[in-house]
Amino acid sequence: MDNKFLPNDQTTESDANTGGEPKLSLKKICFYYGKFQALKDVTLDLYDRQVTAFIGPSGCGKSTLLRAMNRIYEIYPGHRATGEIMMGGVNILSPAIDLNLLRSTIGMVFQKPTPFPMSIFDNVAFGLRLSQRLSKSELAGRVEAALQKTALWREVKDKLRQSGLSLSGGQQQRLCLARAIAVAPQILLLDEPTSALDPISTQKIEELVAELKRDFCIVMVTHNMQQAARCSDYTGFFYEGNLVEFDATEAIFTHPSQRRTDDYITGRFG
Amino acid sequence: MSFATPTPTAHRLRHIRRKFSNLCWQGLAWGAILVVVVILLWILSSLVRNGWPGLISADLYRLSTAAPGSPSGLANAIYGSLVITGVAIIIAAPIGILAGTWLAEYGRHHWLARKLRYANDVMLSTPSIIIGLFVYSMAVATTQHFSAWAGSLALAIIALPVIVRVSEDVLAMVPNTIREAAAALGAAKWRVIVTICYRAARQGLVTGILLSLARISGETAPLLFTVLGNQHWSTDFNAPMATLPLVIYNFARSPFDDQIALAWSGALLMTLFILALNLIARLFARRGGR
Repeated sequence: MDNKFLPNDQTTESDANTGGEPKLSLKKICFYYGKFQALKDVTLDLYDRQVTAFIGPSGCGKSTLLRAMNRIYEIYPGHRATGEIMMGGVNILSPAIDLNLLRSTIGMVFQKPTPFPMSIFDNVAFGLRLSQRLSKSELAGRVEAALQKTALWREVKDKLRQSGLSLSGGQQQRLCLARAIAVAPQILLLDEPTSALDPISTQKIEELVAELKRDFCIVMVTHNMQQAARCSDYTGFFYEGNLVEFDATEAIFTHPSQRRTDDYITGRFG
Repeated sequence: MSFATPTPTAHRLRHIRRKFSNLCWQGLAWGAILVVVVILLWILSSLVRNGWPGLISADLYRLSTAAPGSPSGLANAIYGSLVITGVAIIIAAPIGILAGTWLAEYGRHHWLARKLRYANDVMLSTPSIIIGLFVYSMAVATTQHFSAWAGSLALAIIALPVIVRVSEDVLAMVPNTIREAAAALGAAKWRVIVTICYRAARQGLVTGILLSLARISGETAPLLFTVLGNQHWSTDFNAPMATLPLVIYNFARSPFDDQIALAWSGALLMTLFILALNLIARLFARRGGR
């Protein structure tokens, strides 16, 4: 097992940093695409108001782990996760969990911007309309607040009725971020949120992540190691389905304890 | 065969041969398309030449078909065609879209879906006269009378596989990322389908319905056994009704000039209707592409 060094001493260090229980506690997560095992016994804790980054070469399982946390993989037959993900004393991998409720608690933003074919306003209001019965003015208020938080309000306030598809790529991604935080989730999962964006849009998203960190527990998958170094408090390095190393970002990037982590972040492979 | 560089003459020869065969194929292709266009123009010009005078007379839309020699129009047939195809689409569209939804959203990889797709393709190419006979034996023979209902039913059965196919195809084209994004916000599957997928595929769905409407509005064979036709104005859906294809079929074989002229006008009217449907469908499809 590669993550034998992981558990306890790390956890105490994190506790010292955040002074609290982990927001999400993953225990021995295995993931299967049909017969192929994509994750092997991954165990780690995620803390509130911290950004955790997952890095590693393509196909290492980092996105898979993210997709296990809101169980979005269940859309597809044959995808299966085992282990435990504890959140507030409940195992969210349990079949008894209300998936729709879970997913409104754990928001997700994807690699490519995915605006719905509807107006900018309706995009942000989509999640709100699902779960809550809000008056028109409340709804408008929540939409505005979400757009403010993602620094999009000033750019779109005069064209809320226009299609979400009319925005630029970077704006679309911020719209998706606004859509995700509008429903006030506790955790935000960002799956390579900037890999389809230009550098300026990327910078904006990274600034937003730093802002949003104050309110959410954020987990970010990234291909870009500089991004992990810039944005995250904790970093997990994945390789071939194993969590090789998990530590404070600074430690990972300055004195990793594993040879393979060192090789990866210095660009010797991957 | 040698791999050495060909001599200049061989090179030239090959060049000429290539040019010649290219010219031949191009000529054949041009000839073929010319044949198609000429036939189409021929049909259209004879339709317009013979049907136009009747088409611009108000009587065509005011009067019903009548005995030869007395003033007559196509009002009853136009009405019949519109309501019978309309009802057929109202029956077929929801069933077709829902079936397409199952194939694309629920049973995409299900073993049953493959069989159903195949069955649907068979339905697509079933001759319409067979469907007419089927409805005749099921609806007309059992109720002992021809009716507009039976006609609508037959046309609905013809339209159904078209709508199923198109609905499945356009829903399958909706990217999965957008489904995931909606599900990730906590939307139940049915909600993702209704609020996101249908909306994303809206233009395609409308196009499919319009094209199936165009397809069934010219059908004659299934109406022969079901609606039968009616000389007079009738709005009774339980009784035989006049329709354009049936009037054309009957009057075109008539010995009377005024009935033949009506058949021409009816044919032109129907062609223009189908042309308009196709144009609207294209407009929708193009808007969807954006």
